[in-house]
Amino acid sequence: MARTVLEFEKPIVELEQKVEEMRKYADSLDIADEIRIMEEKVQSLRKSVFGNLTRWQKVQLARHPDRPYTLDYIEMMTTDFVELHGDRAFSDDRAIVGGLARLDNIPVMIIGHQKGRDTKSNVYRNFGMPNPEGYRKALRLMNLAAKFNRPVITMLDTPGAFPGLEAEERGQAQAIARNLFEMSRLPVPIIVVIIGEGASGGALGIGVGNRVLMLENTWYSVISPESCSSILWRSWDFKEQAAEALKLTAPDLLHEGIIDRIVPEPLGGAHRNPAQAAEILKDILVGELKKLQKIKPDKLIDMRVEKFCKMGEWEK
Amino acid sequence: MAWFRRSKVSIQQEAQKKDIPDGMWNKCDRCGEIIHRKQLEEQSFTCAKCGHHFRIGAAEYIALLLDPGTFREIDRKMRSSDPLNFTDTKPYKQRIKESIKKTGLFDAVRIGTGKIGSVPVVVSAMDFSFIGGSMGSVVGEKVARASERALKSRIPLIVISSSGGARMMEGAISLMQLAKTSARLAQLAEARVPYISILTDPTTGGVTASFAMLGDINIAEPGALIGFAGPRVIKQTIGRDLPQGFQRAEFQQEHGFVDMVVDRKEMREKLIILLKYLWIHKK
Ligand SMILES: [Zn+2]
Repeated sequence: MARTVLEFEKPIVELEQKVEEMRKYADSLDIADEIRIMEEKVQSLRKSVFGNLTRWQKVQLARHPDRPYTLDYIEMMTTDFVELHGDRAFSDDRAIVGGLARLDNIPVMIIGHQKGRDTKSNVYRNFGMPNPEGYRKALRLMNLAAKFNRPVITMLDTPGAFPGLEAEERGQAQAIARNLFEMSRLPVPIIVVIIGEGASGGALGIGVGNRVLMLENTWYSVISPESCSSILWRSWDFKEQAAEALKLTAPDLLHEGIIDRIVPEPLGGAHRNPAQAAEILKDILVGELKKLQKIKPDKLIDMRVEKFCKMGEWEK
Repeated sequence: MAWFRRSKVSIQQEAQKKDIPDGMWNKCDRCGEIIHRKQLEEQSFTCAKCGHHFRIGAAEYIALLLDPGTFREIDRKMRSSDPLNFTDTKPYKQRIKESIKKTGLFDAVRIGTGKIGSVPVVVSAMDFSFIGGSMGSVVGEKVARASERALKSRIPLIVISSSGGARMMEGAISLMQLAKTSARLAQLAEARVPYISILTDPTTGGVTASFAMLGDINIAEPGALIGFAGPRVIKQTIGRDLPQGFQRAEFQQEHGFVDMVVDRKEMREKLIILLKYLWIHKK
């Protein structure tokens, strides 16, 4: 059972609880038919709620504290994971994790933003907001992957790069810029998956890949709806409108040609069934990897560069 | 484009129609000195009394750096198509239209070829007066094309940045321009074609987190605000005042992110020296 229930999830959760209660009496009473009818009702409610989510509701789902995070996916999808630490220059940023793992026995380098689930772990993970060291650690791991010819999988889930004083002193902008530059020419396959929040340069800093996949209930944009509201509307109250205007959901980005594929989530969202979410993602990743592994390094680089260079729209 | 083929004077005349500083007399933001337009021009738009660098447009910058009469503009009229059909308190389409009318520009960057001390270059100059120098599809595409041109002709690339960051009204498309420009610069680097980045006040957000920080040589103007997050956001995050000089050009040099801080009056001469070191002309 989900610990946090979003406003629009409430009717579903209430019905689910009713079904649960009915099940308790199912042995003593002959209510199998009623239970079946109720279950159908829950299912159709799920479908109608989740088939008609607003963009803001998807933003809320992307931030759901029960959603699987990078380390959860690694745990559920891979074997023999060995976490690697540090940027070899300043420190180990705990908002970005990474290491070697086997995905369906294929050796890969997996790197992702890491959030915490409660106050303590969130402080430890800096709420998934990396400092420059995080990006430099990610780059170090990518170069390591390239050296030993291992494909790279990155998982994006951040409210943004950390806007702190020390982050600026140590070159947040330079660290991100360097990653974009180096990722564009890494001679191994790179697959990027947006698993939660994809907020701006802090997300893109590990987001340049041959394939960019996006989970169904996630968002990816240049700014969060709240910050967009505060800047353009000069008030924090227009986040719903900002979310609509930014067109930041997976179908929006597929339409704009920014992502390649939407990864379906279990009905009700990845947080309702993390194991199934991981299974779906794993299958898709393995399929994508097998295709990319057939392509020569030069071609991989060329494809990646041209893919991003095609993005944008203008009038002559 | 015809007028642009003429001399330096006409570029500046055109510039006078729009940007700050305008009028015959201008007040220095820092020391309050009243300076005549002509004197300001002679000082490369810096204050003779305190050295303050006035914010100037793309046309002024190009005129300051390039050999007179050598600039050939590329894709001057490329403009945003409003890919998201974006509306906040007013439609983005209207914002663009108003900005074009106000500035005489079509977006926040101008690119072209020219010469600096007889060395052929591709130049890309941003203009803060167009929606805060923000980067959407047009800025990203034009900077990428400038890099492509430099690669094709094997001539140095000079980019002058002045930007508040990525343009919100094009959403994720704006964000992807960071990747696009950086990827083109990686190709330029592979071919060992020089790239010099000049960071002027202000260079923040997505522009800093992409092409502005990627120069073989990064040069900042004195006092320029350069950073990823804006000072207001950082102040909110840490809950205290920011130290004097934080995120300024001198701070960036001290922390190792720009090679040098160069007075605008000496920028052209500095570029001429550097280009001779970096650019090897191959027949
Ligand atoms: Zn002054």
